Amino acid sequence: MRLVLEKRLEQSRTMVVLTPILSVIGVMILGVIIFDAIGYDGFDAVWQLFITPVIDTYKWRDVATKAAPLILIGLGLSIGNRAKIWNIGAEGQYIVGAISAAGVAYATQEMSGFWIIPLMLIIGMAGGAAYAAIPAGLKTRYGVSEVLSSLMLVYVSLQLLSYLITGPWKDPNGMNFPQTAQLTASQLLPRELGETGLPPGLLFALVGMIIFAIIVDRTVFGFSIRAIGEAPQAARFGGFNSNRIVWAALMISGGMAGLAGTLELMQLTRLNLGYPSGYGFTAIIVSLLGRSHPFGVFVAGIVLAVTYVGGQVAQTVVHVPNATAGLFQALILFAILASDLFVRYRIKIKSSVAEIRA
Amino acid sequence: MTLTFLIDALITVIGITTPILLAASGELVVEKSGVINLGVEGMMLVGAITGFAVGFEFSDPWIGVGAAAVAGTATSMIFAVLVLSLGTNQVATGLALTIFGIGLSSLIGTNYTGFAALPFDPPFPDYLAQDPIGRVIFGHSAFVYFAFILVFAIGWFLSHTRAGLVLRAVGENDFSAHSIGYPVIAIRYAAIAFGGAVAGIAGANFSMVITPMWAEQMTAGRGWIALALVVFSGWRAGRLLAGAYFFGVLMTLELYAKASGYAIMPSQFWAAMPYIIAVAVLAFISARDGRSGKEPACLGKPFLPNG
Repeated sequence: MRLVLEKRLEQSRTMVVLTPILSVIGVMILGVIIFDAIGYDGFDAVWQLFITPVIDTYKWRDVATKAAPLILIGLGLSIGNRAKIWNIGAEGQYIVGAISAAGVAYATQEMSGFWIIPLMLIIGMAGGAAYAAIPAGLKTRYGVSEVLSSLMLVYVSLQLLSYLITGPWKDPNGMNFPQTAQLTASQLLPRELGETGLPPGLLFALVGMIIFAIIVDRTVFGFSIRAIGEAPQAARFGGFNSNRIVWAALMISGGMAGLAGTLELMQLTRLNLGYPSGYGFTAIIVSLLGRSHPFGVFVAGIVLAVTYVGGQVAQTVVHVPNATAGLFQALILFAILASDLFVRYRIKIKSSVAEIRA
Repeated sequence: MTLTFLIDALITVIGITTPILLAASGELVVEKSGVINLGVEGMMLVGAITGFAVGFEFSDPWIGVGAAAVAGTATSMIFAVLVLSLGTNQVATGLALTIFGIGLSSLIGTNYTGFAALPFDPPFPDYLAQDPIGRVIFGHSAFVYFAFILVFAIGWFLSHTRAGLVLRAVGENDFSAHSIGYPVIAIRYAAIAFGGAVAGIAGANFSMVITPMWAEQMTAGRGWIALALVVFSGWRAGRLLAGAYFFGVLMTLELYAKASGYAIMPSQFWAAMPYIIAVAVLAFISARDGRSGKEPACLGKPFLPNG
């Protein structure tokens, strides 16, 4: 008797929904074991990391603040995931988006008007998309792997940010700190939505989710992206242009990363050395945990935001190191990748007799 | 431009090149077997903290280096099990390995920040490394000589040995290799384990010699440069060596631009330069070689013999 993998004719829909949930639960159990093994109260650590931010209403604002950029970037990346185009440089597009918006802010310091905020958002998106255009152009023109080129550009964007905040854009009244001047009142969104305490970015994430749901399920474009990813040759025969899909996937994900970067800039009110946050990398986990489905990405963004906030809680309560959240995020990604097996295969127990007959 | 200045610069270049040369050599073997492991940066970081911490605890840096190799291999096995046995996507899994390595190394490293690494005994007797020429030849850490030997050994292994031929066959056509009886999956496991060990040693090179201390994410993207180097080299060991030195020179320029204070361009420009050049060279190589390229034909594709 042995276990045999049998390929499913169609992906299991139940498993597509069930495996991300089981992955997170599995990582929580694994976390208890690991943290007990290295000398912490494992149950308490995992409780603070995953549960406290959910049940403690005072933490909801923090969770929403971190979830918004993760969801926005994750939505953009989900398009590429479907077409198997790997933009792993979203962090760079996020930074360049914020830099572009900060450029608008720098130029409009003395001005006021309702048009400044929309302009910042548009230029931020355009900046992110333009930065993603480099790997897109190199891929479609020369066949350069977008994986490496987009990643290299993250490091370039970090240096650009460092140059701007220590050089030409340095806050003249900042007591020599490496940071830009604070955004003015007409460059800032309200701190919260009405009296809810929730950040405006969450509204963008919600609207983004609805727009992406319409694009993916209701348009020819959404269909062609899936077709390219799942059967590239058939799609080519069907007349879909794969270069156009590469451009679309990278421009959309770059634009969303730029938008997230701009909203984060407005949240923090200035650029400084602490601005790069790794959201662009974590959003890759968000898009995969959410199975590249808009609603799934929204939920996954909240889950990953919980681990960020919970990581800080666990640090103060259980005294685990601050790297703990990152480790759990990586474990979630491993688990979701491994669980793909159950989506594509079913596990059967075969007796040796049946095997001989077969 | 005195002689000592040039000698110093040359020694810096050789030192700074070594970890990327090591990491790229390991990845070359992995990719020749048809697997792309984007977790180099993560494995390097795990190697860096393990080498530092174990060397520190045992008061013997050599035990640290050995532990770094073991830790690199152990980390790479997570990747191997996922992509080889569970058939997961190699790009996503490799990326997960890097995120994992960053998290794990930071977690272990919390207790080791602020200490200096123990120095290694020089591999050659001091009197050999006294005059300038002697310093260039005999004045390096053992990592430098190891990296040189390794890259030549890999070149020879791939092109002149039967085992190397089998490895390449697995990377070029896994189904044929499988059907004439070679254990494709086992060979790929071995290649990934080797790449992990070498990446771990490359990380230890950082934390025990170059910086000699532990800092979070201290490899600062060098693992990704190593990955790009493999592409530049056209999957050949000789060109890998040349490419690594090209990047070593670029990175040394950054150090000198920062140190001299007087600079034509801001220091951030020089820090970004290796990455800008990397993208430009990738474009140049890809444009010249066309889309088919010289990469192993099965690179990045899962092998599931039973469908």
